[in-house]
Amino acid sequence: MTVLTVENLTVAFPGRNGVVNAIEDVSLSISPGEILGMVGESGAGKSMTGAAIIGLIEPPGRITKGKISLEGNRIDNLSPEAMRRIRGRKIGAIFQDPLTSLNPVLTVGDQLIETIQTHLKLTKPEARARAIDWLRRVGIPAPEARIDTYPHQYSGGMRQRVVIALALCAEPQLVIADEPTTALDVSVQAQIIALLRKLARETGVAVVLVTHDMGVIAETADRVAVMYAGRIVEVGAVAEVLTSPKHPYTAGLMASIPRIGPRPDVLAQIEGAMPRPNARPEGCAFGPRCPHRMEICGQKRPELSGTATKSVACHLTQGVPA
Amino acid sequence: MTAPLLTVTGLKKSFDLSQPFLNRMLSGGGRKFVHAVDGVEFAIERGTTLSLVGESGCGKSTVAKLLMGLTRPSAGSIDFDGNQLSGTTAGQPPAVRRRMQMIFQDPYASLNPRWRVARIIAEPMKSFGTHTDPTERRKEVDRLLEFVGLSAADGEKFPHEFSGGQRQRISIARAISTKPEFLVCDEPTSALDVSVQAQILNLMRELQRELGLTYLFISHDLAVVNYISDYIGVMYLGRLVELAPADQIFAAPQHPYTRLLLETVPDITMAHRDMDRPAGEVPNPITPPKGCHFNPRCPLANDRCRIETPAFLQHGAAQVRCHAIEEGRIDTAPLERAV
Repeated sequence: MTVLTVENLTVAFPGRNGVVNAIEDVSLSISPGEILGMVGESGAGKSMTGAAIIGLIEPPGRITKGKISLEGNRIDNLSPEAMRRIRGRKIGAIFQDPLTSLNPVLTVGDQLIETIQTHLKLTKPEARARAIDWLRRVGIPAPEARIDTYPHQYSGGMRQRVVIALALCAEPQLVIADEPTTALDVSVQAQIIALLRKLARETGVAVVLVTHDMGVIAETADRVAVMYAGRIVEVGAVAEVLTSPKHPYTAGLMASIPRIGPRPDVLAQIEGAMPRPNARPEGCAFGPRCPHRMEICGQKRPELSGTATKSVACHLTQGVPA
Repeated sequence: MTAPLLTVTGLKKSFDLSQPFLNRMLSGGGRKFVHAVDGVEFAIERGTTLSLVGESGCGKSTVAKLLMGLTRPSAGSIDFDGNQLSGTTAGQPPAVRRRMQMIFQDPYASLNPRWRVARIIAEPMKSFGTHTDPTERRKEVDRLLEFVGLSAADGEKFPHEFSGGQRQRISIARAISTKPEFLVCDEPTSALDVSVQAQILNLMRELQRELGLTYLFISHDLAVVNYISDYIGVMYLGRLVELAPADQIFAAPQHPYTRLLLETVPDITMAHRDMDRPAGEVPNPITPPKGCHFNPRCPLANDRCRIETPAFLQHGAAQVRCHAIEEGRIDTAPLERAV
């Protein structure tokens, strides 16, 4: 049983010199209660994938290829009005900055009650009771009193808890969380991560967690998809991808993260930088930076292949040579 | 042991947040101050790196600005190689300020978008008069560009033609152009992607080895700090709560806040998964808790912690600001860490 299936998704933007693909041939699926991490550097396409799933790609960008299905029904070709009904009801969203995702002139309660009543047939007192219940579930102390206060009266971490309550209060099947902890301090980040995991387990909601932070992925996700230059280069169970990465990019990325513990004399580094979407090389996009580059890498693009639990897009099918 | 290059004692900076006089009279409100930096003391030995870590609002960037003279301290002294700098402004006195430079966090905001890279890098040499001859200056710019891993031809380009990591290399070339001895680096890699961050951190270590530079490194990322530092200072709400050699702070953190920080860092080894999380957040710096600022979140807090500010005392190789440690109420044995 999968909640969401994405097949060969390509999102393109018209550019001055022709069409530029922000993401290319992205395929993924996610099961109820599962947390799928999407990780990559700025511009890798991880946020774009999330935006495509909730139907929030800014024109002139559009989906040019592929299918997105939620519980077996296609949602990528729906009208804006039909998509609007799905957002909030079936797919919730959590964004990076909790201050800008809340309306500053409405109380937290008003925002929750409005969301609940938009999606569920409940009377105002019922919706209010539900809102208080959700505030309690996300760990807001004294929710009966806090419900009538404004977002500016909350701290950063508490605001992000409110945003999580907003995303989940209509009981969606899927939540897209785009860098939900990036604006928070580490000690608060740890609390929000723990909360997300707890709620996914309790409610069975599937979570797509978009982040650039491997540490957050390691502590939160069940599976992880690593993106590079608009494509998924490796996907699999989080422990496996992190401890024995098969794609040279994932391996390089893991090695370049400074760790707490004995320190190396020199940090492993990947030379160069990720190509811009309009200047991706032929063949494998990581080819020019790859220490294991072969002739075929410059000619033919490797496709994602492997088992159901782990796939890699690399010509070195045996993994990274030692 | 030689004298430290930089010694900071009793450094304080408070910002006045009071309402205007008339409003205060009418509403009866008092004056309000935020103590951004509240009695910070440290010394940095030549050729070593001291890092300041802490969460947003703890005052670490204010310390950087105070050292560089970008803002004036309310009290305390900054001694740079025998020169007192606490009363002087940015760039004054030039003979001393030439020896201190800064690298900023955001390489998109810290380079003038209308200037060519060569002019950006030459600017400090021009203003401090280290290279007065234009051709000689240009030669030095070319050398610096190659030194930081760019090419001499890049001097003719504008900042927008470079990626974030390359821009940070330009910032570094500019910072070392006057041959400084001391660099203040305020979150130099936090705007960069990890694979690029590694390049910049390696470059900084290499520069330190080759040029004998001394760094004050500011970061919120403990893993980055672990890689780059000799000494680490942990700040909380304007105060240094612990200052110790880097290996010591990771192996045997003393202050309860340092322990909390180390426990909450997301770890790629998945060691902390499903652990209970410490509750609470950093309080508002305008109204910090009385006594030890950390007492509302501290598992060891008692009445003394709620009233009396702990002193910054030597404890083994570390200096710690904590009553519980002073009284021996805490077990400070080295942590067993899965690596």
